[in-house]
Amino acid sequence: MANRITIEVARYNPARDPEPRVTSYEVPLHKEWVVLDALNCIKDHLDGSLTFRWSCRMGVCGSCGMMINGVPKLACATFLSDYAPGPVRVEPMHHFPILRDLVVDTSDFLMKLARSKPWIIRTVEKPMDREYYQTPAQLEEYRQFSMCINCLLCYAACPIYGLDPQFTGPAAIALAQRYNKDSRDEGASERLDSLSNREGIWGCMFVGECTRVCPKHVDPAGAIQQYKLTAATEWLKAMVLPRGAK
Amino acid sequence: MINPTEYLPRSYHRRMSTYWWLARWSYLTFILREASSVFVGWTVLLTLVQIWAVTHGPSANAAFHEWMRHPLMLGVNVIAFLFVLFHAVTWFSLTPKAMVIRVKGQRVPDWAISGPNYAAWVLVSLGVAWIVLRG
Repeated sequence: MANRITIEVARYNPARDPEPRVTSYEVPLHKEWVVLDALNCIKDHLDGSLTFRWSCRMGVCGSCGMMINGVPKLACATFLSDYAPGPVRVEPMHHFPILRDLVVDTSDFLMKLARSKPWIIRTVEKPMDREYYQTPAQLEEYRQFSMCINCLLCYAACPIYGLDPQFTGPAAIALAQRYNKDSRDEGASERLDSLSNREGIWGCMFVGECTRVCPKHVDPAGAIQQYKLTAATEWLKAMVLPRGAK
Repeated sequence: MINPTEYLPRSYHRRMSTYWWLARWSYLTFILREASSVFVGWTVLLTLVQIWAVTHGPSANAAFHEWMRHPLMLGVNVIAFLFVLFHAVTWFSLTPKAMVIRVKGQRVPDWAISGPNYAAWVLVSLGVAWIVLRG
């Protein structure tokens, strides 16, 4: 294995550049190094102006999502040695406005996430001294969807979101489903009202790439298809059953 | 709601390439699956024409069969058949994604949900083949 590898990083300075440009850096190729280590090496030793987000270094915080050789990945969980002899192309996540270098503006997602109401909704809250019990089976119903770390790799992989920015997108819908499936929650119909439309679940055309790139195996594509089935069943119930019989 | 991007500095918005669907194999299969709907529509139309021909006597039926033997029609229908097959397979592989069934707390495996769909497909196809080919 060669002891150095070239990293091609997309750079963009909003004050100076009309569009992103690519700059190459050569970094040591250590067996245990991930792409994030290479970026930190560049920032510490080669170019201190390189800007990127990172925090935990262990696939939990969801900050270091970027395109690595065209595929959305967490920089902290992508080994350099898998790309030897290189070069490795590192770009900001697709489908988001670029603020600087590898940093993207995720405000659009945050607004959409709020619309999904990702919190437990109760019609009547229990008194503070009473607990909400939940069996392991009830936990299992939504556990997979609760693993989402909001890294937004699924948005970078979703061509529907790229083509139609109005689309709510994979993670926000999967997180709505996480609360719909929670035995303590009573907000499913509220969420269905805001998500059963063209911008919501029906905007998804099941490309499935969101599920493939998800580092936490959340399966957002599955969540959306399950949500569609629920929405269709609810619609059918409303059509067939007399009012108030649901 | 407050617009959180209002006070952000200038940002660069990229445009998606017209050829984005060639960037990844999964995108290409997605586009082919979407395009398969055209061939599903074509097959439905052809079936309706066939029913019309059958109900309009032997000469209309013979003319329909003659038309179907044309090399161009044979070519189009072979492609249509492959696309309809692809459409059906992708549809059946979607079913375990949309349906989550748990037995004794364990999620039923994907094949147990898509399997009966395939079985029903084969049975219906055999039934149709029997009706069409028995005479």
